[in-house]
Amino acid sequence: MNSIPEHRSTIALTRAAIANGTTTARAVAEAALSRIEALNPRLNAFLAVTADTALAQADATDARVRAGEQLRPLDGIPVAIKDNLVIEGVATTCGSRILENYRPPYTATAVERLCEAGAVIVGKTNCDEFAMGSSNENSAYGPVRNPWDEERVPGGSSGGSAVAVASGMAMLALGSDTGGSIRQPASLCGVVGLKPTYGRISRYGLVAFGSSLDQIGPFAASVEDASVALRVMAGHDERDSTSSEAPVPDFADLESGVDGLRIGIPAEFFADGLSEGTRECVESGIERLRKRGATTVDISLPHMKYATACYYIVATAEASSNLARFDGVRYGYRAEGAELLREMYMRSRSEGFGPEVKRRIMLGTYVLSSGYYDAYYDKALRVRTLIENDFRKAFVECDVILTPTSPSTAFRLGEKSGDPLQMYLSDVYTITANLAGIPGVSIPCGTSEGLPVGLQVLAPHFGEPVMLRAARAVEV
Amino acid sequence: MSISREVVLKTAALAHLELPAEDADRFAAQMSEILAYMDQLAELDTAGVPPMSHSTLAEHVERTWRADIVKPSLGSALATANAPEGFGGYFKVPSVITRAPREREES
Repeated sequence: MNSIPEHRSTIALTRAAIANGTTTARAVAEAALSRIEALNPRLNAFLAVTADTALAQADATDARVRAGEQLRPLDGIPVAIKDNLVIEGVATTCGSRILENYRPPYTATAVERLCEAGAVIVGKTNCDEFAMGSSNENSAYGPVRNPWDEERVPGGSSGGSAVAVASGMAMLALGSDTGGSIRQPASLCGVVGLKPTYGRISRYGLVAFGSSLDQIGPFAASVEDASVALRVMAGHDERDSTSSEAPVPDFADLESGVDGLRIGIPAEFFADGLSEGTRECVESGIERLRKRGATTVDISLPHMKYATACYYIVATAEASSNLARFDGVRYGYRAEGAELLREMYMRSRSEGFGPEVKRRIMLGTYVLSSGYYDAYYDKALRVRTLIENDFRKAFVECDVILTPTSPSTAFRLGEKSGDPLQMYLSDVYTITANLAGIPGVSIPCGTSEGLPVGLQVLAPHFGEPVMLRAARAVEV
Repeated sequence: MSISREVVLKTAALAHLELPAEDADRFAAQMSEILAYMDQLAELDTAGVPPMSHSTLAEHVERTWRADIVKPSLGSALATANAPEGFGGYFKVPSVITRAPREREES
């Protein structure tokens, strides 16, 4: 079976077909489940398949159709969930051995909202351990493979979710994006991946990595499908005090074009390190918008070159505190035979965490430790202000910013896994949005040597409507 | 910044991690390289710049407090259901301190 589907449906078409009886939600769910069964042994995108739940949810949609009720926004749509989002009673591993047997007693708000909108949850997707990685090679359950070339990485950390959509095993998938973990795998797998504004979607039920950076967002085959999912999940949740009370627009105005739109092109994103094939695809995408009436503005984000250093200080510091909770007491793995509490903590964590997670906990502990706090952590927080100010100034001159999502197309399995710093540098174009808290979306924009290239659209805080309109214009 | 094996081991202890000897050497080399990269932040003069610990939500949104009322919670049975070792709705852990050697002999 070809792992890239020849034909794709959209949420709107699938819902319409279910509503008018051309197909049933059960048939759609069964098709997704049989595709997972056929492809997952090769791609390793799913860690758990929730077939019984999926079929029950699909049957509920079909019952609605029979009862003549109006369909909800996601009725009958097969959705995959990254394995760092909790669903009551469904194993949630975060790609880690330390949570191998964890069964959450509650469900993430984002997942709950999808289910209330009729979504059919088909399973939990593989990811880098605790969402730490850019290639999915850090999963304790083996790497995910890119359906465009199975010897290549799908990107990370939400690689399983990107692959689930790219290979047609699900129509939508949820990921989390702390430094690019939705947008970069979307780019490498040729699908749409959206990181909303910080606070747009509740993080309740997302296992925390970097709490000031993490956002949940959708993967989809089109900008329109991504906007439907965003609409369903967005909005305040009293269980996450950082979720925004800002009004949620319907994100449905995708077709009104880009005439007169001012597009910022930051020179810093097109400098050394960008592969030639990626540059060509992104420039042709920008040209497409110009032909449709958008104007381009050269802008500068002068502190961009400090973003990777700043990000890996902030993110590892937050990770070292967040992951302190995995101590073998309340949940997760506990080492056998320790006589004293501290020994039990040390051995459980050392046996339960993989090398990249340990490395980041160590870096975070170091930059927060007495004597180094000012030189690293405090310094990084101040540089973060400079990076956010760069965007504030830029968005006076332009409405959206267009950049490549990733410096290159999908790299080979093993190519960067021995060199952590090189791996960190592959996030160079995505991490600034997390530091500043602004939204970003990656859209497929052609291929280079047979591999997909992603174009990134960035917008000001809560600027998803204009961001999606520009993204849609790249797509058509 | 280059860091020694000793600093790596001290940091590991602070983070409640045990590192085998070969890991400590590897981590010292990798962390030195990563920290050297991070040292480029020192080029920037940030004296008058305020630190930003969070995306500035306050500028965009008026925060409101929820009503201070008691709501149902998980309850101890569910909250402890994932514990590697539990005891009647409690978490069970190994001893926090060891007994003195003489007491041990007497018991």
